[in-house]
Amino acid sequence: MNRTRTLWTLLVCAALAGCGSSVELDESKEAAVESRDTGAAGAGADGIGDSSRSVQQVDAGQQQQDPLNDPAGILAKRSVYFDFDSFVVRDEYRPLVEAHARYLTTNRGRRIAIQGNTDDRGSREYNLALGQKRAEAVRRSLAVLGVSDQQMEAVSFGEERLRSVSGDEAAHAENRRADIVYQ
Amino acid sequence: MADAPFPTTRAMTDRRIMNRTRVLFRCAAALVLAGAVATIHAQEMRLDVSGVGASQYPIAIGNFAGDGQLPEDIDAVIRNDLAASGMFRIIETNATISDSETPDYAALRSQGADSVVGGSFTRLADGRYDVRYRLSDSVRQRGLGGESIVAGANDLRYAGHRAADFVFEKLTGQKGIFSTRIAFITKQGGRYRLKIADWDGRNEQTSLTSPEPIISPSWSPDGNRLAYVSFESKKPVVYVHTLSSGQRKAVANFKGSNSAPAWSRDGKTLAVALTRDGLSQIYLIPSDGGGEPKRLVSSSGIDTEPYFSPDGKSIYFTSDRGGSPQVYRVATSGGAVSRVSFEGSYNVSPRVSPDGRKLAYVTRREGGFYIMIKDLASGAVTQLSDRGQEESPSFAPNGLWVMYATRANGRDMLMAASVDGRVKQRMSSEAGDIREPTWGPFGQ
Repeated sequence: MNRTRTLWTLLVCAALAGCGSSVELDESKEAAVESRDTGAAGAGADGIGDSSRSVQQVDAGQQQQDPLNDPAGILAKRSVYFDFDSFVVRDEYRPLVEAHARYLTTNRGRRIAIQGNTDDRGSREYNLALGQKRAEAVRRSLAVLGVSDQQMEAVSFGEERLRSVSGDEAAHAENRRADIVYQ
Repeated sequence: MADAPFPTTRAMTDRRIMNRTRVLFRCAAALVLAGAVATIHAQEMRLDVSGVGASQYPIAIGNFAGDGQLPEDIDAVIRNDLAASGMFRIIETNATISDSETPDYAALRSQGADSVVGGSFTRLADGRYDVRYRLSDSVRQRGLGGESIVAGANDLRYAGHRAADFVFEKLTGQKGIFSTRIAFITKQGGRYRLKIADWDGRNEQTSLTSPEPIISPSWSPDGNRLAYVSFESKKPVVYVHTLSSGQRKAVANFKGSNSAPAWSRDGKTLAVALTRDGLSQIYLIPSDGGGEPKRLVSSSGIDTEPYFSPDGKSIYFTSDRGGSPQVYRVATSGGAVSRVSFEGSYNVSPRVSPDGRKLAYVTRREGGFYIMIKDLASGAVTQLSDRGQEESPSFAPNGLWVMYATRANGRDMLMAASVDGRVKQRMSSEAGDIREPTWGPFGQ
């Protein structure tokens, strides 16, 4: 503020001097002031508004989103599908399992239910046990990656919660799955 | 020979009828689950019968004598029950035949009726009915006995079923199942219901309604409780539910899945399938819950669907320990396991007949699922069903029929077949899917 006033005063005096007033400014003083000002202005000094007054914005990042809620992230994928008569987690689902394991080991307070399902061919109780086998396969994969037992419960819905009822092979494949459900 | 006077069983029968009314009323009043409302469904199941037994008793059932019209036709109930068994040929008659008169034996013989039932009803001052029936042999021209029952208007069908049981037992020497009840699950409009009904599907009452699945209902030996699996807490949990009060308890709610309850003969123990140790294995728990489950057998595969033999000494179960699901047997005290099913690569859902001699189970053959009956002594296997979409076999308490679930025209429905396969009854409902039948015991 003071500097601005000084500059303005200087300009007015200079103007007045130019108008033939008897007030004579000491030229050397002016120059000294100017040079002082120039010196103090630092780099690129070319009048007012130099970069010493500007404010550089620093971005400390966005407000932290829970990656679980990112609809485009891998954690949005919660289902592992199984081949007919199979209870092995296929390689194509390893990234999904690893991603959930990372999340759960980082967020030890989070818990999941792993719900196993089957298609509807055969005994309901035997299918309940087969669905459990699928849920258990996913649970073991997560445990191996460090997720604690307290964070997981493997349960089965057997054939009771068919996602697809059309009865063709595509429907059967859709129903042979384990779902990860965050509690 | 003079007609034998019929025995007065009135006092005992009165109590039974009254108790049953009380139980039925409380059943209807039992409500469970947040927001659930008890309902008595007016929608009734449809019963279709096909086939006849190897031999049939020709019998005439007269119209019952009495003033006015009964709210329920008792003689029609008797005719329907006996006809549905396939073991009786109903000789049509329009005659009113009272229990207190000697029937016209000559006329009946000329119509082809070897036996005849006559009966009567009298309306009592308190609004109930004094119902009487008598069975007579028109060939030997003598009475075979009868009974009298006092029944309220809501129990007239029950009186008819009791009469049918009486006739069935007198002529065949085997106990009738017409007074028994069944339990089953319906799915309709996104809601699941556990229902109790008379053996013929009538008088449905709902004991549990839920937005989540209910499976594997199982009657206690005394007929007062049902065990079942409910998914209401988003995982399978075993409940024991007292029908008359609606009180129920989660008796197996361990980590993982809890399912497949089966009652011991004395009603004190349940065998269940638990996955608390990883895969499904069979354990014994007290039927009122509590205590630490006792593992019955071990395998590295899946063990499930336990079922006690009638003498309580063995438990049959499904296991894929050998690579494919088959039926096995083990002593209730544990120990050596022996394999029981050998044909094919998929045999599940074992149920033993009440006399311990036969095993009903489900086999998969060429992609279809069929009910099979195995004679445990000879090993001979016969096929009982033919649609190829069958599951959940359940023996009648007299061992003569097997009820099971099947699917037709996109709908789940129930079938009952005589063990020799000759007679089939189909029970379906327009209202929705019916599945998981279980036949209740005698003496309810």
